[in-house]
Amino acid sequence: MAITLKVNGTTHSLDIEPEMPLLWALRDELGLTGTKFGCGVAACGACTVHVDGVATRTCVTPVEAVDGAEITTIEGLAATSGAAEGMLAPVQQAWIDAQVPQCGYCQSGMLMAVSALLAENPRPTDEDIDAAITNVCRCGTYPRVRAAIRSVTAA
Amino acid sequence: MAMQFKKPSRRQFLIGGSVGVAVGGGLLLGYAVSGPSRRELAEGAAAQGGERFVTTWLKISPDNIVTIYVPHADMGQGTITALAMMAAEELEADWSLVRAEQAPAEKAFANEALGNRFVAGEDVPPMLKGLNAAAWTKIAQFMNLQITGGSMAVRYTGHHGMRVTGAAAKDMLVKAAAARWGVSPSDCVAALSTVTGPNGQSATYGELAADAAGYAPSAAPVLKSKKDYTIVGTARPRFDIPGKVNGTAKYGIDAEAPGMLYAAPKLAPVFGSTVVSYDASEILSRRGVKKVVEFPGGVAVIADNYWRAKEAAAALEVTFDTKGGEAVSSETIFAGHDAAIATGKSEDDKVIGDAASVFAAQGADIVEASYRVPYLAHACMEPMNCTVWIRDGKADVWVGVQDPLGTRARVADISGIGFENVKVHPMLLGGGFGRRIPIREGFFNFPSEIDFATIVAKEVDAPVKFIYSREDDIQHDAYRIASSSRLRVALDEKGLPTAWENIYVHKDEPGEAPHIPYAIPNQSIRFVEVENHVPRGPWRSVAHTQHTFFNESFIDELAHRAGADPYEYRRALLEGQPRHQAVLDLAAKKAGWGKPLAEGRFHGIAVQQSFGSIVAEVAEISVEEGAVRVHRVTAAVDCGEVIHPDTAAQQVESGIIYGLTAALYGEIAIEGGAVAQTNFTDYEMLHLSETPVIDVHFVESGAPIGGLGEPATPVVSAAVSNGVYAATGKRIRQLPLKNHDLTPAPGKLAQAAD
Ligand code: FES
Ligand code: FES
Repeated sequence: MAITLKVNGTTHSLDIEPEMPLLWALRDELGLTGTKFGCGVAACGACTVHVDGVATRTCVTPVEAVDGAEITTIEGLAATSGAAEGMLAPVQQAWIDAQVPQCGYCQSGMLMAVSALLAENPRPTDEDIDAAITNVCRCGTYPRVRAAIRSVTAA
Repeated sequence: MAMQFKKPSRRQFLIGGSVGVAVGGGLLLGYAVSGPSRRELAEGAAAQGGERFVTTWLKISPDNIVTIYVPHADMGQGTITALAMMAAEELEADWSLVRAEQAPAEKAFANEALGNRFVAGEDVPPMLKGLNAAAWTKIAQFMNLQITGGSMAVRYTGHHGMRVTGAAAKDMLVKAAAARWGVSPSDCVAALSTVTGPNGQSATYGELAADAAGYAPSAAPVLKSKKDYTIVGTARPRFDIPGKVNGTAKYGIDAEAPGMLYAAPKLAPVFGSTVVSYDASEILSRRGVKKVVEFPGGVAVIADNYWRAKEAAAALEVTFDTKGGEAVSSETIFAGHDAAIATGKSEDDKVIGDAASVFAAQGADIVEASYRVPYLAHACMEPMNCTVWIRDGKADVWVGVQDPLGTRARVADISGIGFENVKVHPMLLGGGFGRRIPIREGFFNFPSEIDFATIVAKEVDAPVKFIYSREDDIQHDAYRIASSSRLRVALDEKGLPTAWENIYVHKDEPGEAPHIPYAIPNQSIRFVEVENHVPRGPWRSVAHTQHTFFNESFIDELAHRAGADPYEYRRALLEGQPRHQAVLDLAAKKAGWGKPLAEGRFHGIAVQQSFGSIVAEVAEISVEEGAVRVHRVTAAVDCGEVIHPDTAAQQVESGIIYGLTAALYGEIAIEGGAVAQTNFTDYEMLHLSETPVIDVHFVESGAPIGGLGEPATPVVSAAVSNGVYAATGKRIRQLPLKNHDLTPAPGKLAQAAD
């Protein structure tokens, strides 16, 4: 069955099973490996992308559910934020300034979750952040994640 | 007690394999130590036939770019940047012209500085200490020491390798400039990647590099004094961060090779099982499924997409022979611990004075308590994986590991392909924490995903990416051991211990982890061994995780029993341990110990030395609805010297969160011989919302550089548990905290209501 995936502005027609999770279509079919596999059961957020601007955990999202939707992955985050070619989205720059990542594996998902939150709620309270950013980071970058969010929201 | 490194007796520089090699008009300088190890190793296991190990390579190209090759994996702890800073400092390099990368998995980059410390029997990383002599010989012969762990990169490679290489290269560049200008080297100054002469001459390192290669490096270059540092001690942005915010960073799981296939295993739930039978006929007809391959303890399904492989593996029915392993459970394991401790047939670990006669004395005031901790999984964020391509008698391996060269040796062993024909492509690691080490002799003979990937790849005519699901990862780890400890003291009339006894389960690494810094005149620290089939391995800070919880909780019990302040009580027993006292004082002061806290908030304190650093932590907690909430952790850390203040603080934050996750939630339970937990749903993780404020303060005592990746981890469980006692009067003697109902007893509630 042909599935139409619009990813980072490019339309792909894929002959794949409708129940294949979007994560594996992105990684193994389209070679977009910036989106990570962490748990496979929607419990960690490593696989988060934007589907029509909404933070979505792709490990449990069948491709048929996003057929035709606008999908943005970490590779396309800068472009959708309106950054010029080769430049970064404000959250990505904030992540560099605060030196947030350690191993970095969770950070694609973290950045996608945070950027979706800030798009919807540019002035989140600490409680809003706690409720929205439930991504797991085994390296414990949480204090810097919060500080980097605050550096953007204070700007 | 400060640890002293022995100076290597003989240093040797290698420049492209022999002294003085210009590479494409540049300079390539390596630093080797071939020290006392040869004589000390009776049978000459290491460095046979004039072979040498090399720690460090530094390259200067004509465009004036300095590249530093670091023989360690950067798991996110900032190692590569910190080590490059140490070399660049001595080199007097312009930091903006410095690049750094992980050294390739080639023998030339094996880690000698580390090997020497090991051979000399000094303070070495636990996963190396665990190796027996035979294993060490084998490793030495392969010259494959490239391990990252034991918080050692900066301590060993940095101190013994990076600094010396940078300083020697600077001397060579200065000599080359002086000769070019016909002046004395002492009249030339090196700064910011440029040498300037007495009459205004100037040449960049890049311009001088080819000439510099003609000089022999000094065996003992003079190192800078700390007051002149301009790079070390400053927070330079890490090299690895930009790629980690835009999706381009490539981890092992992101490896790509032409025509690559994917493998998902069906692993025997019960450790030590063998495969009896399976019927793959249904799954082989599924879309994309290519093949099934059996390996010891499981069957792998090979497909053209990981999801297809995983779905098919889930549907595959395999019959395993559990070899009786299903009789093992957490209950039987802990009952075994209790029985072994009770028999009294223990071996000495550390003995001071005569504890037995103090306990036997008439009217001795004896206090006893038993503690225990469960197994813990590492749960690295990136599930385990390994990509192997075997063809034409060669193997290519893409993997993120803490020991690329050891991995190369392991794949060579398993595949039967010669070491020379195995190529390891080091990838980034999505977390390590002790999990990503291929050889674990001394811990457990642990067949890993690297072994399985190799076996599978031999049967497949394409590169194969072998991936563990999160469930595979949680259920097939090499775990932090479950351990128990029975502690006993005899107290004097002031409530201070005159005798200390500890009988614990399993003598783990590092060997000093069960020992206490407290001045107690009679000590009998002993252990019992109880074997079972659960694989064990090094877990961030290794044996310190359990022993710090046991000892620092028990000392807290004694303080309360003596009616003393837990901070003052420790302090009194730390007479003669000024570094311990200093961190304790600093943590207490910064946390406001003894000052009134907000309503419902309580403090707990603990201290531990590990990996050359001493860490004291004060946890500020409250108990809400029967559960503990940690609001703030104040840490004071004496790591001797701080190389990179920002990553140093980050490692302490990281270590605390890792330890706190385990203290609150960490429990791998064994049921029917298998791990009961499956995923982050039941092996719970700390989240952003529960993360305390973490305040980190450093003491630069000038002691030899200590580690930072691990020492903050073990302290937090005791600090938090001691806070829980202060809040509730309930002594936590078993972790995790989630298993305890901390709701006040009705009487106490009434009291509180009064
Ligand atoms: S991989 Fe999707 S939430 Fe963890
Ligand atoms: S940075 Fe390593 S898991 Fe978050």
